Amino acid sequence: MELYHNLIFGFSVMFSLSNMAYCFIGVLGGTLIGVLPGIGPLPTIAMLLPLTFHVPPVTALILLAGIFYGAAYGGSTTSILVNLPGETSSVVTCIDGYQMALKGRAGPALAIAAVGSFFAGTVGTMIIAAFGPPIAEMALEFGSPEYFSLMLLGLVTAAVLVRGSIVKSLAMMVLGLLFGVVGADVNTGVKRFCFDFFELADGVGFATVAIGVFALSEIISNLSDPETREILVTKVTHLYPTWQDMKQSIAPILRGTVLGAFFGALPGTGQSIASFSSYMMELKLAKDPSRFGQGAIEGVAGPESANNAASQCAFIPTLTLGIPGSATMALILGALTIQGITPGPTVMIEQPALFWGLIASMWVGNLMLVVLNLPLIGIWVKLLKVPYRLLFPAIMVFSSIGIYSMNNLSFDVYLVAIFGILGITLRLLEFSPVPLMLGLVLGPMLEENLRRSLYISDGDPTIFITKPLSLAFIVGTALILIVMATPAVSKQRDKIMK
Amino acid sequence: MKIELNKNKDFWAGLMLIIIGAGAMFLARDYRFGSALNMGPGFFPSVLGGILFAFGIITMIVGLRSGEKIQGNLSIRAIILLPLSLVLFGILIERVGFVPALTALILVAAAAGRQFKIAEVLPLTALLIVVSIAMFIWGIGLPYSLIKGF
Repeated sequence: MELYHNLIFGFSVMFSLSNMAYCFIGVLGGTLIGVLPGIGPLPTIAMLLPLTFHVPPVTALILLAGIFYGAAYGGSTTSILVNLPGETSSVVTCIDGYQMALKGRAGPALAIAAVGSFFAGTVGTMIIAAFGPPIAEMALEFGSPEYFSLMLLGLVTAAVLVRGSIVKSLAMMVLGLLFGVVGADVNTGVKRFCFDFFELADGVGFATVAIGVFALSEIISNLSDPETREILVTKVTHLYPTWQDMKQSIAPILRGTVLGAFFGALPGTGQSIASFSSYMMELKLAKDPSRFGQGAIEGVAGPESANNAASQCAFIPTLTLGIPGSATMALILGALTIQGITPGPTVMIEQPALFWGLIASMWVGNLMLVVLNLPLIGIWVKLLKVPYRLLFPAIMVFSSIGIYSMNNLSFDVYLVAIFGILGITLRLLEFSPVPLMLGLVLGPMLEENLRRSLYISDGDPTIFITKPLSLAFIVGTALILIVMATPAVSKQRDKIMK
Repeated sequence: MKIELNKNKDFWAGLMLIIIGAGAMFLARDYRFGSALNMGPGFFPSVLGGILFAFGIITMIVGLRSGEKIQGNLSIRAIILLPLSLVLFGILIERVGFVPALTALILVAAAAGRQFKIAEVLPLTALLIVVSIAMFIWGIGLPYSLIKGF
């Protein structure tokens, strides 16, 4: 009953003219940029992030969420039509989606992806609405030690599940934490790592780092790639799937949704693993596995649903615990902090309009995607043909105006340049920037909770293992590290991440 | 045995971590370390610097043993011109205004690409400036003068 009232309340927040308009702008803008070749969802969100700081918190979050789904949807469109995955989670969609497109069945593939995503999104929204409040209630009981251990667990899980060397991604996490230290210390006011720049007193803005490390370094990397890939866009003739397609897709959509919801809600796992395991599951369950890789519709329906369910449920740890599981969620969490909201379980109680409004917007946004994007597919196909040499100057323009407008400081724009150079260095040395982003966003909170815990315990570090919940999180962290370091597991992991 | 360090991916990765870690520990000496009970501002960064240093050493050893090379390409043109375009934007927007800053940004950035056609870049510049003015100055209402003095 309470859930029902909460949802009604959420929709009443959502159905204001400006929130609807921003949701629409977000979904449309997100898809538009997500479809453009060479720009994934992460740089898209990073680039548009500063713009959200000019609107109220609820609206900002609705806009961001819209961009997030839109970009993800745009990513699956490019996977299917041109075999270019915008993000790792749509790599799997490329396998059968592009094959379908080559056989002239791009329309049904896109339609099934949209329908599956919408279904998964709806279920995901209900899961957040149902499980969000109890999780937050539980988290309200957490003290500093529990929080510290939980953040550690979240960070480490996210770091070890990133592609590449575990030591290197843990190092990126630590580097992110270190960047989080920059600025005036909350307790003493001592300016740390500021090098006499007053602009650094408030710390390094996470939007600045995100644009530098994700957007700018991606442009540099794209321009460095010597092969000029001629994009071959397949034709979209008919859109509607046949009855046979629908029948084949129902079970994969259901299974994908369940898998996605599960992996999405775990901090650190998320979309790539969800869509990958859905694909593997469909492959195992198929009567005729040889169809996979040749354009099997199940290979599109399952992973796309899993992907969207996961991206939806990724909001659970972010909103209820204040712990983001992915770089995108870290950006959304950072956007909250910029708006003056402390992320964590109190958000739901202190800002019910924000929480329930966002949940309602998720559903509306997903609906808008289906309604809008299928008819607009012709426009998306045209956009795919825009050459990159015209696109990247536009990204530069939006990124720099956005960053400058945050504090009206040229210094921030210079920082983007520096982080762009750092980003490309990290790329070349095969460091993943994702744990860096998570570390940066969580760093200040991690330090604060560490200090507070040790203050409570009179400086006794065993406080982290004498509190049962905290102990559970610490044991979890240790287990993950040990398991991942086992040669057999790490080999398997490398294979999956490939 | 001669170890090839040039382009050894993890050697350089490790070296970078070691330098940053050591640098962080060095700088954090100026901030009070404190005790576990009452942690000073230097505690957290020092510990992080130390961990980074250790990870750096591990990565470096991995690199020396595996000898894997750096694989990707790097366009020197892009890594110079794109950051430069941002710096120009930052300098010009405060001194000369929004439009000149954008013009410089777009022209220099576009030159970072491999195919720079002035006949294509000029209309693009005009278009992007018009769109930016409409979106940011008129739309969001950012208070920047288009050209200083006008």
